[in-house]
Amino acid sequence: MTDTAQSQTQSWRQWLTTDQPTSRRHAKIVQFYLGWLSFRSNLLAMVGLFILLLLVFTWLFAPFIATHDPLAQDLGARLLHPSMEHYFGTDALGRDIYSRIVYGAGITLYIVTLVAVTAPIFGLLVGSLAGYLGGWVDVVLMRITDIFLAFPKLILALAFVSALGAGLENAVLALILTAWPPYTRIARAETLTIRKSEFIDAVRMQGAGTMHIIMRHIWPLCVSSIIVRVTLDMAGVLLTAAGLGFLGLGAQPPTPEWGAMISFGRKFILDHWWVATMPGLAIFTVSLGFNLLGDGLRDLLDPKGDKS
Amino acid sequence: MPLLETGPEVEPEFAVSVSNLNVYFGEGRDTFQAVKDVSFAAERGDTFGLVGESGSGKSTVLRAIAGLIEDWDGSINVAGQSIGKTRSKDFFKNLQMVFQDPYGSLHPRHTIDRILSEPLLLHGIGDVNNRINKIMDEVGLPHSFRFRFSHQLSGGQRQRVAIARALILEPSIILLDEPTSALDVSVQAEILNLLKDLQAEHKLTYVLVSHNLAVIAHMCSQTAVMNAGEIVEVLNIDKMSALEADHPYTQQLLSASMGYDADKAAAMELL
Amino acid sequence: MSDLLRVENLWVRFPGHNKTVEAVRGLSFSVGRERVGIVGESGSGKSLTGRAILRLIRPPGIMTADKIEFDGIDLLSQSEKQMRAIRGHRISMVMQDPKYSLNPVVRVGEQIAEAYRVHNKTSKRDAKQRALKMLEAVQIRDPKRVYNTYPHEVSGGMGQRIMIAMMLVPEPDLLIADEPTSALDVTVQMQVLAVMDKLVQEKGMGLIFISHDLNLVASFCDRVIIMYAGRIVETLKASELHNAKHPYTRGLLNSLPRIEKRTDKLMALQRDPAWINEESVDAFA
Repeated sequence: MTDTAQSQTQSWRQWLTTDQPTSRRHAKIVQFYLGWLSFRSNLLAMVGLFILLLLVFTWLFAPFIATHDPLAQDLGARLLHPSMEHYFGTDALGRDIYSRIVYGAGITLYIVTLVAVTAPIFGLLVGSLAGYLGGWVDVVLMRITDIFLAFPKLILALAFVSALGAGLENAVLALILTAWPPYTRIARAETLTIRKSEFIDAVRMQGAGTMHIIMRHIWPLCVSSIIVRVTLDMAGVLLTAAGLGFLGLGAQPPTPEWGAMISFGRKFILDHWWVATMPGLAIFTVSLGFNLLGDGLRDLLDPKGDKS
Repeated sequence: MPLLETGPEVEPEFAVSVSNLNVYFGEGRDTFQAVKDVSFAAERGDTFGLVGESGSGKSTVLRAIAGLIEDWDGSINVAGQSIGKTRSKDFFKNLQMVFQDPYGSLHPRHTIDRILSEPLLLHGIGDVNNRINKIMDEVGLPHSFRFRFSHQLSGGQRQRVAIARALILEPSIILLDEPTSALDVSVQAEILNLLKDLQAEHKLTYVLVSHNLAVIAHMCSQTAVMNAGEIVEVLNIDKMSALEADHPYTQQLLSASMGYDADKAAAMELL
Repeated sequence: MSDLLRVENLWVRFPGHNKTVEAVRGLSFSVGRERVGIVGESGSGKSLTGRAILRLIRPPGIMTADKIEFDGIDLLSQSEKQMRAIRGHRISMVMQDPKYSLNPVVRVGEQIAEAYRVHNKTSKRDAKQRALKMLEAVQIRDPKRVYNTYPHEVSGGMGQRIMIAMMLVPEPDLLIADEPTSALDVTVQMQVLAVMDKLVQEKGMGLIFISHDLNLVASFCDRVIIMYAGRIVETLKASELHNAKHPYTRGLLNSLPRIEKRTDKLMALQRDPAWINEESVDAFA
């Protein structure tokens, strides 16, 4: 019984690590599995992944994890110390900080996901077009990118938000607008080295058009360095979002956004340290998670370290 | 031999003919002319060689014919048609190229299956499965390689994939850019044999660029010798095998290719 | 002929996840004041052999040998510091691509002079004179001009000759040249070989010439060692190469296309798995 089970896992492993895949899907799965194996051996990256999975878990099961209603005020229980009743204490309106942080996980994920999906794709498109086409297209696109790069991120985001009006959606939009230029630069630099390759010449000689070449041949090679950069940047995005929240330009009260919570707690920071510290620790932990994951992914995906 | 006298109208027996070809790199004051007034014609079903040392412009001529370089003037005729700067999809159905570096000419993240199916998809040709299996048989690749990535193959196997990719659209003309210079000699022999077999079977016309005179002698019936962007002479291979050449540059090239000789080396010009 | 270098039972291993790769397996050979060619295809271990002599195998590679003796010195027992004094001074190595071996921001002449000053206590002026003389010796027409150029300003053939000048300026007793001319055009290759040839003849230097080009080695060297899968399969006088016995050597020779002897088909090399397990042949002078 155990024998057959063992041989079954054995053959599964063989199927997952074979160097003779039998179909396209199989080849992809094998490549993914081998990548996962080498990722798994990186302890710090696994810690980062764990933190982020914890964040997702918290978001999904917030109603079950939270102990209180995040918005319920109880003026009789203002600024209570952390205790068994209120794990992280309460804030100036008597709201349970632990529950607010739990519900804030969703907002953090919302910000991070939107920025992480839109900004890199936009940057990738602009950068690879500029790099592949060259000439005046390159000049125009890259000067626009330079203009965006010339402003400090937070200042530019502030300007956008004050022009568009305060609020979470506008904050995210502002973050996207400030986050894409670095990806453009990376994508362009990668494209410049890739477009001279013989395999690009080869596909041109199959009669492929520009967009086909960029999307099917250049993007797959840029994506790894972009993904690495995205994970490393997410910590910064998170902090800028928190900064906007802190300045009152992001999520509006009573939304339990972590940056806004710190901002709210700063009035009491000397006497009631936990009000600002707890959301601060949450931001710190998630940022660390992203950085660790990014480092791990860099070891795994960075083509410069690739031996093949 | 009507080789260098190709006029405006082209002899139909030539698969590829080039006359008065000039190729330029760079713009404005930095313009550099890499190919100067080159004319030659490759007969149908035959192999025409372009031999020369690095910087002689031999690969540039090939890339201009392939449409990978646009800054040229003169005239290029492929299968009786005069060719402009932009190439249609159909052009590539008839003319393909095999590149020098088997490590650089295959996309590192694509499987062999994807590399070989792409030309078919781009040209809207169906029956992908059968065609891929058939072409892999022809170039001597086991079917078990089909879903592997190029980095899992040896140099010689990769070059077989590159040849299969060039052949899968069933072209009549193939440009070969140093197809074996990155390979070990025993692998080189296998690839050269494969190329000869495929030529006989499909009546292919090859234009072969190489720095290796022995490879040229083995594959071609005629070769143009290039130096500094110009053709110094067009040589019949029988003449080359007899180590007879008219131009002193070709003579020097021939003698240097025959191995080291202290006296001959001393006689060569200093750089 | 007295041995300049004697290597006995040399192994280079690379421990891996599942199994250890044995790249060089029990080589024994010697080099006198002569030109010895080591020929093999990629992966035969020929380049690692050259590096192993100078103890330049990088971790995780492990090198072991019963004996590596150079001019009476036991190289295996030398400290890293003593090895540094030997490398470049007594034994030099020329690599395939000069561009990676020259410092891009220092004038080539100064690099040659520096190479001389590291091992000889002389004034800068003297060293410069030496460097200029060396540039002349490697057949560079205008040494004074070349002395003041930067590596990126010189052509491949020139760069390779500058590398050779730099390696030869301390007057080593042994030069290990790893594919020194494969990146060069044939005519330039001839000139570079002529320079090395002259130094062997005039200064009595020993030369280990590592190459994949059987014909070139046969015409240039005195003795040829043929490697396959980390072992020596055969060793011959260069002039006797056409009488080679081993099927691998014969196969290599037959797979080469020839200018003067055209055939319809080249002989493809049939590899016999038994070759891998054959004993390594000793190649003592």
